[in-house]
Amino acid sequence: MPSRHSKLAWSDVTPKHVWMTRRQILAAAGAAALVSPRDGRAGEGTGASLEPNTLEEISSYNNFYEFGTDKSDPARYAAALTTDPWAIEIGGLVERPGTYDLADILKGKAIEERIYRFRCVEAWSMVVPWNGFELRALLEQVGVRPSARYVAFQTLFRPEEMPGQRLPILDWPYVEGLRLDEAMHPLTLLATGIYGETIPNQNGAPIRLVVPWKYGFKSIKSIVRITLTEAEPPCTWNRQNPREYGFYSNVNPAVDHPRWSQATERRIGGGLFAPRIPTLPFNGYAEEVASLYAGMDLTKFY
Amino acid sequence: MVQAINAAVRLPPLWLVYAAGLLPAAWVWHLGLTGGLGPEPIRALERELGLTGLQFLVAVLAVTPLRRHTGINLMRFRRALGLLCFFYVAQHLGVWLFLDLADPRLIAADITKRPYVLVGLLGFLVLLPLALTSTDRAVRRLGAERWRQLHRLTYGAALLGLAHFAMLVKGFPVEPLAYAVLVAALLGLRALPPRRART
Repeated sequence: MPSRHSKLAWSDVTPKHVWMTRRQILAAAGAAALVSPRDGRAGEGTGASLEPNTLEEISSYNNFYEFGTDKSDPARYAAALTTDPWAIEIGGLVERPGTYDLADILKGKAIEERIYRFRCVEAWSMVVPWNGFELRALLEQVGVRPSARYVAFQTLFRPEEMPGQRLPILDWPYVEGLRLDEAMHPLTLLATGIYGETIPNQNGAPIRLVVPWKYGFKSIKSIVRITLTEAEPPCTWNRQNPREYGFYSNVNPAVDHPRWSQATERRIGGGLFAPRIPTLPFNGYAEEVASLYAGMDLTKFY
Repeated sequence: MVQAINAAVRLPPLWLVYAAGLLPAAWVWHLGLTGGLGPEPIRALERELGLTGLQFLVAVLAVTPLRRHTGINLMRFRRALGLLCFFYVAQHLGVWLFLDLADPRLIAADITKRPYVLVGLLGFLVLLPLALTSTDRAVRRLGAERWRQLHRLTYGAALLGLAHFAMLVKGFPVEPLAYAVLVAALLGLRALPPRRART
């Protein structure tokens, strides 16, 4: 599909009436068993609680090294990022490769609200009310060839707007990958909003991945390229330090990061005296995703 | 110019130097208790206190090369700078122990399993005897030469602090490297002949 830069504003492609209210989506998710029953209870004292963080917290404490390594750098510098026009180049083992304008990607996709726990590999966590659609819907739109086994993603490389990319902090551009069954899982989301509003630039505008059972760095931001592959694609942090960051990077309290424990986490927003809470296997989504890894040694495939 | 600076150094009472050095701590604790440190105040407090400690350590290391190569004499402030460094590092450790982990089992696991924690802790243990022997009485008791030898441990503390910082950073350690270059320069300047010897 040829690229054509839409003149539509962001608000035109995500009309308000498409957004479901939190109540509706929670009910829908519950019916589809997407959210484990445990989430219904507050989960006091564990990582299970699903009380969303405030937009202020979600948009002011970010790891987005493209804008700098400090947690406040993305909020400080991301305003300079141009997110319109935006297109994603979709290629590799797909039936209909091409450069898809964001408007074409969003056309016909029902934007849902998904309240997910978000667990960073640095042992902090948030609860984020994302708006988005399942990655599966986009993959079905472009047609996955039978030989495809993995999905590779790439973040925008634009150092003139992303000051962190002017430093060799990471091997730019940022790349990530999923196994095809992980990518097709109904929990795997392409997010375009938070709290019913356009996703803030510092959170990965205009479109980012959300894989709630994996450490946050797997949920790649500001995506410009999606490639279906036969071989396991490279992942930035895995390349940087394979001993510390595996390809799978599923949230696992039993497998420690070499530099810090993953047994507990601190939920952002609790203030100066907030205690740590136990981290849950697969970030609390074990019921939905543990079967994807049946028979695998998770201490080896971390 | 140098004489003017050296004259100014003699002016302020030392308690004022300590008070000024404590201001960053007062400010960061104030921010932490009033929500001014962002959504993760424990981590921010830990980082700020550790970084300020490292900065005072760099300041301590700058006293001798400054005097030798520029003639600016800050000797009068050196003890205060050293004690302030210890005070910030102690708070940094305290926040980690009592606010961050706050659980003996987690603390024990972190010390045994994570090298950067052990390195940081060693850095504190190296600073401890230096802080304890900072009084005039301790100098007299040890004798000037032994006291000087003991206080060369400052270099070790600096190296441990830098290693601790570099080891906990993700990605390319830009900031720790900048401090490492600064410390290396301050140590390297000691090897050069002093100003007067060269003229």
